[in-house]
Amino acid sequence: MSNIIFWLLAIVTVGAALAVVVLRDVFRAALSLVLLFLTIAVLYITLSADFLAVVQILIYVGAISILIIVAVMLTRDAWHGSPSGKFRISALVVSILLLGTMVFSVVSTKWETSGEPPLAPTTAAIGTSLFSQGGYVMPVEISAVLLLAAILGAIVLMRDK
Amino acid sequence: MEVGLNHYLVLSAMLFCIGLYGVLAKRNAVVILMCIEIMLNAVNIALVAFSRYVVPVFLTGQIIAIFVITMAADAAAVGIAIIITIYRRRESVDVDKFDLMKW
Repeated sequence: MSNIIFWLLAIVTVGAALAVVVLRDVFRAALSLVLLFLTIAVLYITLSADFLAVVQILIYVGAISILIIVAVMLTRDAWHGSPSGKFRISALVVSILLLGTMVFSVVSTKWETSGEPPLAPTTAAIGTSLFSQGGYVMPVEISAVLLLAAILGAIVLMRDK
Repeated sequence: MEVGLNHYLVLSAMLFCIGLYGVLAKRNAVVILMCIEIMLNAVNIALVAFSRYVVPVFLTGQIIAIFVITMAADAAAVGIAIIITIYRRRESVDVDKFDLMKW
């Protein structure tokens, strides 16, 4: 059962990602990007990462896709479609070579997987390890500063002078 | 065949390479930003898959994935602000015409 779900999700995910790259209409590309974010959230659920799935839906499907769609609409009238540049062939060659290398190294490596069952509700465990002693408090503070800097940067850039 | 770590890693590699192709080949700046988001999501899938199959009870990969999501949101906000600012001045989102910093 979970195998079937994974294969369906994998097909939809790769199809949506290809649609983002291939489609000429930028708005349709943005919509298939939203579909990609949703299927990735379901992939997190199959990996028993429930908190991360909710975070994915809140931030990516809720916030980032809205930002991208607003950007598409603000810049739409001047630019129709998303044509490829002059490096198209070399970009294709580079990505296929990188894909081959990565798939080869993944398949030929013997990963030391653990047979333990995963934690069932992950939210409490993630909160504990983020904020407890010897946890990730410092990265949390740094990302707070980073978010503040990003907000200030966006406001300063967009302000009319 | 039981779905395992390798399947998720190969899926993540495919998404990353699709995003890389888009970043390298496209000319619309907004589409390039979307492809960067695809690449970040691919990395997140790999992190969560490692966390699930290698250290199932420690959640290290999931925590790093949360920080990656934070930085992706930052990158999207600042990137779109930059794109719209350049669009106001140049009336274009074609990256081939973005030569403001060329000296």
